Amino acid sequence: MGSGPSLDEQDYVRGGATQTAVKILVVGHFAVGKTTFIGAISEIAPLSTEETMTRAAEGVDDLKGVEGKTTTTVAMDFGRLTISDQVVLYLFGTPGQQRFVQMWEDMARGALGALVLVDPERLADSFAVIDLIEQYGLDYAIAVNHFDGSPLREEQALREALDLLDDTPVVTCDARDERSSAQALITLVRHLQERAH
Amino acid sequence: MSYGDELDSESAELVRPYVITKGRGLPDEEQLSLITLVTAADDDQRRPTRLSPEEQNLLDLCGAGYLSVAEIAGHTRLPLGVVKILLSSLTESGHLVTRPPVARAALADRQILEEVLNGLRAKFG
Repeated sequence: MGSGPSLDEQDYVRGGATQTAVKILVVGHFAVGKTTFIGAISEIAPLSTEETMTRAAEGVDDLKGVEGKTTTTVAMDFGRLTISDQVVLYLFGTPGQQRFVQMWEDMARGALGALVLVDPERLADSFAVIDLIEQYGLDYAIAVNHFDGSPLREEQALREALDLLDDTPVVTCDARDERSSAQALITLVRHLQERAH
Repeated sequence: MSYGDELDSESAELVRPYVITKGRGLPDEEQLSLITLVTAADDDQRRPTRLSPEEQNLLDLCGAGYLSVAEIAGHTRLPLGVVKILLSSLTESGHLVTRPPVARAALADRQILEEVLNGLRAKFG
């Protein structure tokens, strides 16, 4: 890594000495808009990191055609938002692929909850992500990333298609828009509050 | 993937991760999670240790304030597992101090959720 990166003052956690760090997951299938969403909310340019997938993934991963390859890497995107002098919030995003078990365990452990980004035109692609979130016991809300022009399904039809519980919130958001994305997060946090009572 | 591609990707990794970590294993998750906050310790807390270039770079990075483990991995572009091992070693030698996230309890959770909600509303409402 050469001489190493040099950071600006605002790259550092402002109240690091006293703040509690918490995290919320932003999950969804490939190209659903996770990085855009995180970028809209984050106070730092979204970062990504990699975790090496080792041979332990064999058997669950389809290695056909890459048999000679023993490791591969996967990106996890994340951003940060200073909430107050007491709390700093991290948003972590990764695709819902079962094979990245270690990454999912790292992300899910201690998370407050998850926002599941859904593309209304590719609902079936969200099944695996929702399965994983439920498997890790995380409470979640659904945010339908609604781009201009795409037809929006009736909420009831979407609930049935995704097999959601009655109290699971469903909101529409534009991941490119800061306020719209924040509103989706607020809906999730209110849901988490209700579940905590 | 052709053989040529594979050789290229192999040769691109000039230093293998286990060389950088000196063969050490992953630290306890409770000690270093993705959102554990890390910063450099005062000089007088440090035990004399010979640092590798990667460890020295991490120490430099952490010298100006707090960063989460995930941010350190993101800025250095080192694999997360490698970063955790190096940070753990630097913490053991007294060069770094860590602030693990507080233990989760129902009451603390409710307070934190309230704080997060108010913070989001104040910033974006």
